[in-house]
Amino acid sequence: MMRAWLTQHGFVFFHTLKRLASTPVTTLLSITVMGIALSLPTGVYVLMENLQSISGQTAGSPQISLFLKQDASKEDIDKIQQRLQEDSRIVNYQFISKDSALIQLQQSSGLTDIAANLTYNPLPDAFVVHTRENTSDSLEQWKLTMQSWPEIAHVQFDSAWVDRLNVLLKLGRSVVLMLATLLSISIVAIMFNTIRLQILTKRDEIEISKLIGATDGFIQRPFLYFGAIQGLCGGITAWLIIAWGIDALNGELMPLTQLYGLEIQLRYLSLQDSISLLLFSAWLGWLGARISVASHLWQIEPE
Amino acid sequence: MPENLLKRFWIERYNEQNPMITFKNVSKRYPDGYIALNNVELEVESGEMVFLTGHSGAGKSTLLKLIAAIERPTSGVIAISGQNIAQLKSAAIPYLRRKIGFIFQDHKLLFDRNVFENVLLPLQISDFDNNTAMSRVRAALDKVGLLKKEKVMPITLSGGERQRLCIARAVVHRPAILIADEPTGNLDIEYARDIMAMFKSFNQVGVTILIATHDASLLDDTQHRILSLKQGKLAA
Ligand SMILES: Nc1ncnc2c1ncn2[C@@H]1O[C@H](COP(=O)(O)OP(=O)(O)OP(=O)(O)O)[C@@H](O)[C@H]1O
Ligand SMILES: [Mg+2]
Repeated sequence: MMRAWLTQHGFVFFHTLKRLASTPVTTLLSITVMGIALSLPTGVYVLMENLQSISGQTAGSPQISLFLKQDASKEDIDKIQQRLQEDSRIVNYQFISKDSALIQLQQSSGLTDIAANLTYNPLPDAFVVHTRENTSDSLEQWKLTMQSWPEIAHVQFDSAWVDRLNVLLKLGRSVVLMLATLLSISIVAIMFNTIRLQILTKRDEIEISKLIGATDGFIQRPFLYFGAIQGLCGGITAWLIIAWGIDALNGELMPLTQLYGLEIQLRYLSLQDSISLLLFSAWLGWLGARISVASHLWQIEPE
Repeated sequence: MPENLLKRFWIERYNEQNPMITFKNVSKRYPDGYIALNNVELEVESGEMVFLTGHSGAGKSTLLKLIAAIERPTSGVIAISGQNIAQLKSAAIPYLRRKIGFIFQDHKLLFDRNVFENVLLPLQISDFDNNTAMSRVRAALDKVGLLKKEKVMPITLSGGERQRLCIARAVVHRPAILIADEPTGNLDIEYARDIMAMFKSFNQVGVTILIATHDASLLDDTQHRILSLKQGKLAA
């Protein structure tokens, strides 16, 4: 029984492959369309994953850096220190003199080459402030106040760009979701129509099979296989498109990374994400076929 | 597996005591209002061979289709070996049809498949394993004398050959009931007698057979029961 079942499914599987191969142009076109559709949301997703892992490496606790003017005097420094001392919003602060900043710079990875060639110290004195304040509104307010102090050249939230990136990533996630939803629906619709046409051309076969005792399951099987296999092929195409895209982007990034001594390399889809992509695309194809079969097969009743 | 359960259900319901086919008060009215069968009473014993005659439009095909649940009765009870098929759920209909070999008036052959593949179809749908299926198809083709034409497409077959192909497809899965709708229509008398001899040999191995025909020459020399339909009513 089990063996008969396996032979039956194996038969349908290979029969479906043969059917796909018998119309190579149509098959390739539909697979390409599906692959491109799937590669759009997946591609955005991969880019975001990469951005996130890059930002994850650099994100620290939120802090404020106060850069003094290049010509700030000892008194200026004391004045600032005074004000910081009195501010209850501040957890702690640290003074970094221009000299120690330069030493830090010289020791920091990746920038040694630049720092070694400096003939003078371009860095200002600075305070690094840790604060309780964590709403971006009040931080923004505070920043404006400090910016207005005459001794201060520049105020910077060290977490600002990370925040911005996070907002961007959130936006990106919504875009991925929207793209994925819309394109998934379109893939289901494409498959629905493909199977509808197939059912029409196989009308006689379906009718006769029903007449001699084929179950609905038997009649549906080849169409469901067709949908799932074509969906899977679409998923594989999408994977290849993305791999190719990442290769191309990494090629573009190469001169940049060499210039700055940075180690940035975009990664491919993870194994888990790859498997998810393939399963999902096969499922989409199957679903389109399933809906089509459910809405068209019953119309073919033997007479 | 529900398929297995349904099969067992059929076997358990199979009962030698019951007639193979029973019609009680069966009427069939088509959706357009035409009454094709009117209060038909009928019993066919297991192993019997019965002819069904009547003018064109008398309702012969309709009666045969009711047996395989291709058409459903408007009223009355139809039982196949004791099982009322008027109440059969649509999911159970395939298993009823597999008990029956049907030779259709309009053949219903697949013209994009060769002779062999046409006969294979009833075995494919019921999950036969490959080797058994192959030998059964050859045996069926041999019985109807088409073994040499197994690779041929049905479009190139003569009328008589097509009819024999239909017979091979109807018997390949060894059904308990064989139903033939005009199996000798348009065939000359030689061919027709050939085909009748085939049916007799199936009947001799226990198959219940029901043949619809308006070919009077077939009925002249038969000892088998003849049912006669007139305007949807069964004459005594
Ligand atoms: N699907 C249908 N819808 C409406 N009327 C139908 C349908 N099928 C058959 N009929 C009508 O029912 C009557 C009986 O038809 P049926 O096919 O059973 O006759 P028959 O005895 O087989 O005739 P023939 O010898 O010509 O094959 C006919 O008048 C036919 O027009
Ligand atoms: Mg008829």
